[in-house]
Amino acid sequence: MLLWLIPLFPLAGFAINGIFGRRFPKALVNAVAVGSVLLSFLWVLKTLAAGAPLNGPITERYFTWIQSGTLSIGVDMTVDRLTAVMLLIVTGIGSLIHIYSIGYMAHEGGYYRFFAYMNLFMFFMLTLVLAANYLLLFVGWEGVGLCSYLLIGFYFDKKFATDAGNKAFIVNRIGDFGFSLAAFLIFRQFGSLDFSVVSGQAAGAPTAMLTAIGLLLLLGACGKSAQIPLYVWLPDAMAGPTPVSALIHAATMVTAGVYMTARSWPIYVHAPQAMETIAIIGTATAFFAATIGLAQNDIKKVFAYSTVSQLGYMFVGVGVGAFSAGIYHLMTHAFFKALLFLGSGAVIHSLSGEQDMRHMGGLRGKIPWTFWTMMCAAVAIAGVPPFAGFWSKDAILLAAHAHAPWMYWAGTVTAGLTAFYVFRAMFLTFFGSYRGNHHPHESPAVMLAPLAVLAALSLAGGWLFKVPEFLSAVFPAQEVPEDAGLMAISTAAGLIGIAVAYLMYVAKPALADSFADGFKGLYWLVYNKYFVDEIYDAAVVAPVVDGSRAVLWKGVDAGLIDGSVNGIGARCRNLGSVLRLWQSGNIRSYATWVLVGAVVMIVAIGMAGGAR
Amino acid sequence: MNLMTLVLFLPLAGFLAALFVPRSSPAGSRAWALILSLATFVCSLALIGYFDRGLGGEQFAVDTTWIRSPEIHFFVSLNGVSLWLVLLTTFLTPICVLISWRNIQNRVKEFYAFLLLLEFSLIGVFLAQDLFLFFVFWEVSLVPMYFLIGIWGHERRIYAAVKFFLYTMAGSALMLVAIIYLYLKAGTFSYPKILDLLASGQLGFRPEEQMLLFLAFFVAFAIKVPLFPLHTWLPDAHVEAPTAGSVMLASVMLKMGTYGILHFCLPLFPAAARACSGWIAVLAIIGIIYGALVAMVQPNMKKLVAYSSVSHLGFVVLGIFSFTQQGLDGAAYQMLSHGISTGALFALVGLLYERRHSLEIADYGGVATAAPWLSTAFLFATLASIGLPMLNNFVGEYLVLQGTALANFTWTAWAAIGVILSACYMLWMYQRVFYGEAGHEVRAHIRDMNLREWAAVVPLAVMMVWMGVYSQSFLPPIGKTTAAVLSQTQINVPFRVELHRPVEVSRAR
Repeated sequence: MLLWLIPLFPLAGFAINGIFGRRFPKALVNAVAVGSVLLSFLWVLKTLAAGAPLNGPITERYFTWIQSGTLSIGVDMTVDRLTAVMLLIVTGIGSLIHIYSIGYMAHEGGYYRFFAYMNLFMFFMLTLVLAANYLLLFVGWEGVGLCSYLLIGFYFDKKFATDAGNKAFIVNRIGDFGFSLAAFLIFRQFGSLDFSVVSGQAAGAPTAMLTAIGLLLLLGACGKSAQIPLYVWLPDAMAGPTPVSALIHAATMVTAGVYMTARSWPIYVHAPQAMETIAIIGTATAFFAATIGLAQNDIKKVFAYSTVSQLGYMFVGVGVGAFSAGIYHLMTHAFFKALLFLGSGAVIHSLSGEQDMRHMGGLRGKIPWTFWTMMCAAVAIAGVPPFAGFWSKDAILLAAHAHAPWMYWAGTVTAGLTAFYVFRAMFLTFFGSYRGNHHPHESPAVMLAPLAVLAALSLAGGWLFKVPEFLSAVFPAQEVPEDAGLMAISTAAGLIGIAVAYLMYVAKPALADSFADGFKGLYWLVYNKYFVDEIYDAAVVAPVVDGSRAVLWKGVDAGLIDGSVNGIGARCRNLGSVLRLWQSGNIRSYATWVLVGAVVMIVAIGMAGGAR
Repeated sequence: MNLMTLVLFLPLAGFLAALFVPRSSPAGSRAWALILSLATFVCSLALIGYFDRGLGGEQFAVDTTWIRSPEIHFFVSLNGVSLWLVLLTTFLTPICVLISWRNIQNRVKEFYAFLLLLEFSLIGVFLAQDLFLFFVFWEVSLVPMYFLIGIWGHERRIYAAVKFFLYTMAGSALMLVAIIYLYLKAGTFSYPKILDLLASGQLGFRPEEQMLLFLAFFVAFAIKVPLFPLHTWLPDAHVEAPTAGSVMLASVMLKMGTYGILHFCLPLFPAAARACSGWIAVLAIIGIIYGALVAMVQPNMKKLVAYSSVSHLGFVVLGIFSFTQQGLDGAAYQMLSHGISTGALFALVGLLYERRHSLEIADYGGVATAAPWLSTAFLFATLASIGLPMLNNFVGEYLVLQGTALANFTWTAWAAIGVILSACYMLWMYQRVFYGEAGHEVRAHIRDMNLREWAAVVPLAVMMVWMGVYSQSFLPPIGKTTAAVLSQTQINVPFRVELHRPVEVSRAR
């Protein structure tokens, strides 16, 4: 099947552009970068068209990566239906975003560098989804984190960008800490890191062990998929170019945690407490991030918090055992959120870099293509039937209700908030009158074409690709009763959100301000994102850095340890300087000492009564 | 005389010949050092070919009497771990010659002579099978390093050189006492013979005796590693040393300590080693976290990398004292990986120093704009150093932590914090040095790498990828040797302190 070709194409693209790209004309950089991802997409289609992976996992083993004692980890790749969904999303959306980037990045410096990193990202992301064991998955996992770091800090002369890159990498490292500990426990328990071995033996493992593994994996997922308490890096990650936000920080990389959790279902189904934790974290994150999204003025920040919130939905899905619903939402979210980001990128592009929605408005007539395509995404994320988001959100909420009704209600309220903040952003951007001083212009066709494709997918993708049915053989069956009443309530919540947004930002614009004035304290809290960053800084970062400097370095290292070492040295030197007086080189003083010594010895021997 | 001894003596011959190169021709000294170190490297490459990967024991043994009374032998041989350490030494020496090309302008002849002498003594340490011979090489290696730091170092070079010398001497004095004690008891300096005597029960130690002997060896090695809290000589030595000195010191010399623990301490005093394993593991873990935290707040690049070495070497010691196959393999692999990636970091810091004449992080910023390829190379080494998968350090760190997890999961959880922290200090340094806008000084002085510098850096980068992707080129001989060491720690006398039982991992893949 030559599965390795799928990630290899982008890797080759990375190598070619990375080494020679500086000398290439832009057209050649484009051809290499986009061509390699398209080839990869085609190879995915060819692989899946063969049909075999759809009937059961196909595994290919290439070479041994690490071997020590009974531990043996191979570079092995596997394809089953779950991988197939992920492959199509990653290479499909990836191709569209690469094409879009040709237009978006046309006037940016470091053009080849951008595409080289994007290709490298594709390589690692495809490795992640194709991996047949936890450690190879971890290769992709860390690799996408690296590319995320590089692309967030793409404008590396800007301090806020490189700060955001560092933050993303380090917060993810905290998650990786959990992931790697989980991997150590998995090997300790199962003697292997292969998915096939784990899924075969998980049923017989002790629950406490599985719960520990599940919770540690969850920590990893919380890092990568930006869940409480590790979500703080994702909003900052918007410092990167917008196509990066669309590809990495919306459609693909951040969903890796959901994928990994779904992939680990054999562990989770025997660790109910771990699953419950996932569902609770997901519910909390979905609601919490949505509230922050209500008050953001930067268009990308709105969608960033929206991503955090939507990832929370996916966690609810896998947490309540509806793994396929989680993956379903992963797919539809990839469509509409990629579109929202690319669309906002087109807006920003047309306004020469403006991201603050307070300086937008009335763009509907000026950039109609961007407006209409983004509108498709907006109705999809708001859960308006029959568009993409409706299907997957509904599947998750129904499963949540079957598991615990309060999760359904929290999710429904969140759906209302979601519809509100997305349409608030739409209305602020496209309705009313233009409040800025740029000259908005429609984006080139190379950017609009991907928008159009994603718009079609956002509208029709939900009922076109019935993921739960497709994946029914992969995950354990789950009976969720259809409930038209519940469906109606959550749909209504979305429509109410849209209506309120319309009222506040189009019909009566003064209402929004008076609302903010009326709830000043709450608004202030939300506007400042609950001060979570500040709390983390004060509670973790500052004590660690200052403590390391003042206590460990200056105190323990230079003071205590080196102080005593130098102290010993000084004592020796003092002693030596006393002893040195004996070695004066003065023959007469030596003679004196010899005499004194001889007398002392004679006296000593005499007193001991020895010399008789 | 065989291939292995040729590899050992070529640098010595080179050292002697280098003394006859006329002082008026520094170019001649450089060329000679480069040619000779490359020749040594090529010969050592052949060693890989002739090395029998199926054997766990010593190979290429040469044993001739050196001194009649007391009977001291010139006894050298090679095992699956020392093979790679020798190669690491011969691989890095030509790189050190290259990066010193412009850096060293005074007393060029002596500099390269000392470098070759250093290579000779380091190889000797890894090969010696006679305890006295080992001690001789151990001590000889101090001399060239002392002069490299003391003559070609920076402002506080004398302080650093003396500190380095005295610290190590303090440890090796203890080791010498233990070696002589062993000789008096066993009647031989031959290490394999002593092991045979132990295995056959003809030689045995009382528990207190074994503990004291173990500690005497261990402290000497621990200073060299360096294990917390015996590490404070290292940052000073690194900061003051010339680039090549830093590279050899971090990449190879520190491994004398860890190799000594693996090769001597464990097989000779297994019960004592196991009895102390808890304490030592705790020190190693403190070193991992402490080294990383102190690295994080260093304003000086070399000091930062030096403290990161304390952290990385903590992993090696932890792996050894996990007494698991994975832990020992990982420790050995980490010795090599650290040699490559930290060697690269020191070399690249040296390139920056050559340009900007400062080691202070605050004096940089925006280097990525001024020297994109240098920045890319540095990023590569940074990523390797923080253990990115598919680069060299990951394999070693993973194996160490996996092995430790089989022995004591709490240790693993603590040690893994070091992996988070490594990202903090390295990326933070990288940001401050390479990102941001280039200031006037940086724009005026920083240029990208030239051909000679490329030739020094590219082999390191290649090794990072190779060791990260295809560890099977290196691990099998290591595994044989560490398995032999591990089995030696399982025989031997019982000890009054209750032993840690190794966790059985019976289920194969």
